[in-house]
Amino acid sequence: MVQPLTNSSVAASSLKDTQPVLEFDQVGLEYPFEGSMRRIIQEVSLSIQPGEFVSFVGPSGCGKTSILRMVSGLNPAPIGEIRYRGQRITKPLHNTGIAFQNPVLLPWRNTLDNVMLPLEIVQPHKRDFRQKKAEYTRMAQDLLSTVRLQDFQKQFPWQLSGGMRQRASLCRALIHQPEILLLDEPFGALDAFTREEMWSMLQALWMRVKCVGILITHDLREAVFLSDKVYVMSPRPSTIIYEVNIDLPRPRTLEMELSDEFNHYFSTIRRHIHHN
Amino acid sequence: MEKFLKSKSASFVLPFVATIVLFAVWELAVIIFKIPQFNLPSPSSILQALIEFTPQLIANSMRTLWTTMLGFGLAVAVGVVLGFLIGYSRLAYLTLYPLLVAFNTIPKAAIVPLLAIWFGANAIPATITAFLLAFFPIAVNVALGLDTVEPEMKDVLRSLGASQVETFQKIGFPHTLPYIFASLKIAVSFAFIGAVISESVASNAGLGYLIVQATADFNVPLAFAGLIVLAIMGVILYGFFVLIEKKIIYWAR
Repeated sequence: MVQPLTNSSVAASSLKDTQPVLEFDQVGLEYPFEGSMRRIIQEVSLSIQPGEFVSFVGPSGCGKTSILRMVSGLNPAPIGEIRYRGQRITKPLHNTGIAFQNPVLLPWRNTLDNVMLPLEIVQPHKRDFRQKKAEYTRMAQDLLSTVRLQDFQKQFPWQLSGGMRQRASLCRALIHQPEILLLDEPFGALDAFTREEMWSMLQALWMRVKCVGILITHDLREAVFLSDKVYVMSPRPSTIIYEVNIDLPRPRTLEMELSDEFNHYFSTIRRHIHHN
Repeated sequence: MEKFLKSKSASFVLPFVATIVLFAVWELAVIIFKIPQFNLPSPSSILQALIEFTPQLIANSMRTLWTTMLGFGLAVAVGVVLGFLIGYSRLAYLTLYPLLVAFNTIPKAAIVPLLAIWFGANAIPATITAFLLAFFPIAVNVALGLDTVEPEMKDVLRSLGASQVETFQKIGFPHTLPYIFASLKIAVSFAFIGAVISESVASNAGLGYLIVQATADFNVPLAFAGLIVLAIMGVILYGFFVLIEKKIIYWAR
């Protein structure tokens, strides 16, 4: 089951495997507030390696979501710069996959067509879409079965549960084999049981594509479970106050949550959030 | 009873029964209170007029129908374009929207005499009045549809590097479709009202014209027959667009 969809993106990136995919260089953010500029993000500098899954946690209002929007290029960094493979990000990168708390599936498309949407937009898939439709459909079905939605391909979003919609949204974020997966509290609206189930599925999906993952979350257990590295941000004006590598073997299982190691990571991160 | 109310046939049977009861009460009232025919004709005499004047009623309703549909067609074309303009361009919104609102508040019946001076008492004033009444709800709904696309939906497309045109194709347009269809069934009723108003003021044919002529001749049963035909046409036009709406945007919930 765990096999890369294709090797093209892996092969291209293996040449520069030692270089970071993303570099944050003194990134800052200000926002106009009552006539003056209020500093939201003081300074963030870090780099993210190929295939690395990182999480940003911190109190609300510390600019976590802004970080994601800056990386995606939807709102490029106004202060400092973020570089993607050495290139400053100034406009939307095309090889990102994005999922929000709200799954925003298109209500006029069934699950399968929703998942295939990026292939109709991102090159080279857009060019090949008609020719390779059968192949792309298989790819999408493959992803859907990873998240156990194989029997819901023809259903419309209103016929799915919240968790199912979010799973479809994750498949949509990954179908075009992005180099960067951006997740903005994707499971924030789900109940605790569904959420844990989603962690395993997200991990399974991510291990197939092996892209860079950036997760914004309030849920510290979620951050520990999914990440290779967790960054803790301070209240605004925010900086990175703590970072920790999570050395748990993959694939991680829900049983690991009970281990001392897991709880050690969890409590250390939690302490850093509470002390600020 | 509960079960019947939830069944599909209830929605046909109940209004049908209500209509029959209404006509029965009406007929009885006319007989019992001996109401003269030129005040309130009985349903049976209206039916008589319907049969007697069938050719005139058909000819005039055809005229009303095509002026309505022509005006409505123009309203769809202009309303959709205006709506997209207002919805997408801030400049167009700020410039045109207040004017549209101001124009829409003018009672259209007041414009008909002017149209009659310009175009004569024929089908043109009716068509224009139908258009004037119908384009506003369409334009507003299209603009509203474009305006209510979820920002995150746009973000998903933008992050993939979609162009403006692609964003419109993939989400702007389909998202707006339910709003367009919701407005079409309202707009077609408005167009119909506009056409009939205009016919009753300045025209040489049409159901509005027929009713005015009939009352002038004290042929009140014929006037009522005209009203009945109007009601039936109005329901059919509305129902037609409800049906199309259900077929095309089956996914909207």
